[in-house]
Amino acid sequence: MKQKTVAVVGAAETTEMGKIPGTSQLMLHADAALNAMRDAGLTAKDIDGIATAGDSPVEIAQYLGITPTWVDGTSVGGCSFMLHVRHAAAAINEGLCNTVLITHAESGRSRVGARKFSRDPASQMGQFEVPYGVTTPPTMFTIPVLRYMKEVGVTEEDLAMVAVIQREWAAKNPRATFHDPISVDDVLNSKMIAWPFRILMCCLVTDGGGALILTSADRAKDFPQKPVYILGTGESCETPLISQMEDFTTSKAFRVSGKKAFAEAGITHKDVDHLMIYDAFAHLPLYGLEDLGFCGRGEAAAFIRERNTAPGGKLPLNTNGGGLSYMHSGMYGMYALQESVRQMRGIAPAQVPGAKISIAHGVGGMFAASGTIVFSNEKP
Amino acid sequence: MAEYPRPLPLPTPETQHFWDGCKAGELRLQRCTDCTHTYFPPRPFCPACSSRKVEVFKASGKATLYSYIINHRPRPDFGDQPHSIAVVTLEEGPRMMTNIIECPQTPEALQLDMPLEVIFEKASEEISLPKFKPAPTPARK
Repeated sequence: MKQKTVAVVGAAETTEMGKIPGTSQLMLHADAALNAMRDAGLTAKDIDGIATAGDSPVEIAQYLGITPTWVDGTSVGGCSFMLHVRHAAAAINEGLCNTVLITHAESGRSRVGARKFSRDPASQMGQFEVPYGVTTPPTMFTIPVLRYMKEVGVTEEDLAMVAVIQREWAAKNPRATFHDPISVDDVLNSKMIAWPFRILMCCLVTDGGGALILTSADRAKDFPQKPVYILGTGESCETPLISQMEDFTTSKAFRVSGKKAFAEAGITHKDVDHLMIYDAFAHLPLYGLEDLGFCGRGEAAAFIRERNTAPGGKLPLNTNGGGLSYMHSGMYGMYALQESVRQMRGIAPAQVPGAKISIAHGVGGMFAASGTIVFSNEKP
Repeated sequence: MAEYPRPLPLPTPETQHFWDGCKAGELRLQRCTDCTHTYFPPRPFCPACSSRKVEVFKASGKATLYSYIINHRPRPDFGDQPHSIAVVTLEEGPRMMTNIIECPQTPEALQLDMPLEVIFEKASEEISLPKFKPAPTPARK
């Protein structure tokens, strides 16, 4: 697939984030979309492609007044937006549409106009997992980690360190939910959620949204913002059931998606200046660093402990503070993409000086799916 | 019996044999007669080679503890104490989610790779849930 001909020309989050009880989920989509359209100097009449996850792209198109010739409702969890970017790039290259809007919004905390959460008792999960007490992600996404800890020698302190360093990044970001420094002891003394996970190892639950606008790289130079080019993309999926993940110490979906994105971009790990790994829980960056090939098996905890991903380190990771400290409305992949775009535009609150290549890597469900996008601010 | 306090599985035609087995006190798995792959959850074809030639058989009920959490979030339907949610590796190879019971729900008592055996918990007239308990220590010879 030709990937090197598409760029992000509009990007924005909702005007407010955190607790937004006065706005419905549908309007959060629209707020993010209107901000992204203003960023790109466009109106709904200029958009001819629409994608969203969770909610219906039909409803977002109707609400905003968009008449699309391309529609993508791929909904595989929090990385859906990475998949939308990938699919949109292919669609733009193929001439199915010219200008794509991708939105995410979730009234994750206030639950205003939010989807009801239910599982069919006849589904595979309803039959083979729900009866044992799994409910929300803290009781599912967490289950593999004890096996990972035993196999590679990772400790609770190592998990805590992930949260500590991401808080250092959050301290630099005025829009982050939390700014105050925390220590490993603070994390290990925080409320137990699902052993071995403490609350400070779990992502936030907030309200918010974000939107991206993509078009061909040839058109991108005519837009007001500095274009952010898409160098390579990947996607995959493994299983909706955490219990059926092939190996609890590594994500097959991560490996497949990451490898594809690196190959499409034609880059090596040394070329990457900035990295986002969707951190719903503290173990996700460890799995991501290893499964994307930045670290060997079992080496990610030491890589983080030695401050390689911290401010001033050689591989700045989750520079907005991540799902652990920035925000997490339910499907965080959109915010990872937004931070990569900010870094490539050179306008991030914790800007990585001179960064030219950024990767945003997302997870969907509980290691169920994955999407990876390689961005650059230099035209390929 | 009193109504079970949480949603129970609703079998489909493709999984009915599994739940019938649990009701009868048998853990039933499926095996491909073309490539010999043994798998779970149930489906009437082989996920390894796509053959429809599969058979149902009674598993040993032996397993080892692969990974788990101890849930501290309120689940009144599980009692007022933290409880395990585990994934076990069956002797035949497949993994399944379950609860480890008849065992203290502590990291000290729940050791990865510990041997387990299946025990069926009757939840309704139709559904018995396969749970696992520590296997008896083999007698010294």
